[in-house]
Amino acid sequence: MATYFDHLWAEHRIAAADSVYDLIAIDRVLLHERTGSVALSALAEKGYNVRDPSRAFAIMDHIVSFREGRGRDEARSPGGDAFITQTRAMAKAAGIHLIDTDDPAQGIVHVAAPEQGIALPGLTLVCPDSHTCSLGALGALAWGIGSSEAEHALATGCLRVKKPEQIRVQIDGALEEGVTAKDLTLYLISEYGASGGRRAAVEFCGTAVAALSIEERLTLCNMAAEFGAFTAIIKPDAKTLAYVRGRPFAPSELSALSSLTRIAQTCTDDRSRVIAVNASEVRPRITWGTSPEDAVPLDGNVPAHAEAKRLDYMGLSGGQAIKGLAIQGVFIGSCTNGRLSDLQAAASVLKGRRLAPGVRGVCVPGSWAVRREAEALGLDEIFRHAGFEWGAPGCAMCFYAGGETFPPGSRVVSSTNRNFEGRQGPGVRTHLASPAVVAASAVAGVIAAPSDLPSLSEVA
Amino acid sequence: MPEPFVKHTGTAVALLRDHIDTDQIIPSREMKTVSRKGLADGLFAGWRYAEPGGRHPNPDFALNAQKAHGASVLVTGKNFGCGSSREHAVWALAEYGFRAIIAESFNSIFHGNCLRNGILPITLDDQHALEGPTWTGGETVTIDLPTQTVAISCLPEWVGRFAIDDYPKRLLLEGLDPIGLTLQSSDLLDAFEARDREARPWVYADYSAAKAD
Repeated sequence: MATYFDHLWAEHRIAAADSVYDLIAIDRVLLHERTGSVALSALAEKGYNVRDPSRAFAIMDHIVSFREGRGRDEARSPGGDAFITQTRAMAKAAGIHLIDTDDPAQGIVHVAAPEQGIALPGLTLVCPDSHTCSLGALGALAWGIGSSEAEHALATGCLRVKKPEQIRVQIDGALEEGVTAKDLTLYLISEYGASGGRRAAVEFCGTAVAALSIEERLTLCNMAAEFGAFTAIIKPDAKTLAYVRGRPFAPSELSALSSLTRIAQTCTDDRSRVIAVNASEVRPRITWGTSPEDAVPLDGNVPAHAEAKRLDYMGLSGGQAIKGLAIQGVFIGSCTNGRLSDLQAAASVLKGRRLAPGVRGVCVPGSWAVRREAEALGLDEIFRHAGFEWGAPGCAMCFYAGGETFPPGSRVVSSTNRNFEGRQGPGVRTHLASPAVVAASAVAGVIAAPSDLPSLSEVA
Repeated sequence: MPEPFVKHTGTAVALLRDHIDTDQIIPSREMKTVSRKGLADGLFAGWRYAEPGGRHPNPDFALNAQKAHGASVLVTGKNFGCGSSREHAVWALAEYGFRAIIAESFNSIFHGNCLRNGILPITLDDQHALEGPTWTGGETVTIDLPTQTVAISCLPEWVGRFAIDDYPKRLLLEGLDPIGLTLQSSDLLDAFEARDREARPWVYADYSAAKAD
């Protein structure tokens, strides 16, 4: 019997390219300004056209400034505007959809694509960005590629791909109060390693996955990139259909997607390789080191015999408690945790509280849509009152795109996906955690859980 | 198109760590232009230079050792090239002069990017063999792609073997243009699309245009 992944693979299989590789039809190609102009220029230089511009999208997100009131071409680093202006020019010349820096639909690709209905159940979708696996949360077969592969997909409408191994990650039981999809993914990566995904297509199954909202599923699938998977996927269900209904690029009539959802639910979950997780055993997690696999329970310690290079970079000693470490910065945003529910989780901790002295707080909503919804709910006031900068959508604070960031050596708790050396700026020490833990740490001035904060009545 | 890869003899340099990510291979701040060129100076910039953004060599970094001069074969641990999909990481390695990477395992996007840029990613069948030599840098490595073998100067009796699928092997051996190759099957692509438009019309309709009207 076929898995849902098998079903989508077969549906998109144009032909066998040889005994191992298949030609797989690609329904949507997404680009961003970091790689978009390179791919489109290279294609033009070689004399190839985009096969179907109506199914290709360029979304500005990577190096655009997060400054509120940013200019149309304003990038984070000197000379960065060329990435924006060239991608705009090349996208227009190629006739593909362009979601520009000042478009109300603009946002981080993996936040904006679901919001706009560009990512849909049953589609194959590729983007020269490793977190494209996020979109598997909608039941799409979506994966990250390099620029050269993006050129191939644009020119031919297909990719030559070897069908990956499949892993079922079965997550049953209920997450406890205060435990999030971010904690689940950090748990998985730390328990099975940063290459535990074995370049496989990982399907998340089980009652805990069914119980997650679409936004939480996007977070869970997002960090399949840090798990070393080819991609992640979750079968579409009634929640998925309800989510995509009425989105700008989604079909007005959902009968085809409804029948796909019925097919998905009859597909088998059986696979030879299974990872079983009991959701009720997962605790809030945070990373201590320079790989996402370096995650421990929030009330845990740095491993006693951790690699010296990782400890040195992070300014830590083996065996040290994580909680209570003094911090200088916090960041809330990114394709992992930059959606409305993430901002709500952080705001519920920040309401009526302020950043600890000496801590810089930045919140960058994942898209203009998220920002508008947050403002309608008054969340921006909570963030601003707490002393946070309230930014314009983009990726730039998650990876260091240049310009001013947190100072070298500063310890930052971040709702992002990568704690690599220098990821958020030269010498910056990033600890990955859920938005609520980021917010609690911001207020405490040290790494802390929301439950560690004195209640507001005590403070008053 | 990249230079074809048939047989290569070069100097090895070892970075014996696991999970070396593409932010280390080419930090984002080193990707200054929209071009694929000019990236070699930024290769491993965070480790290679003494100061962030500076260009004074860090004497403790393996690539800066005298015997690693002109290195073209990188030996490393598992999950090499994890993280960002940035093909700039491979462009930087290629421009620096690397032609092959021997790793315990690779990230899948990085692996694909290597094949597209004339760099041969090798995972040896017998991983334990490499634990024998103490990599001091400067070893001479000979890689023969047609026979899928590796020889190392400090292991005179040993021949390493590696697997590679036919398609990537052809890409490297012939320096093929993958787009041109696929477009030779245009009839297949067109026939599939015609059938698929019947089966899944919703995939091809531009709803945003309809809604805007």
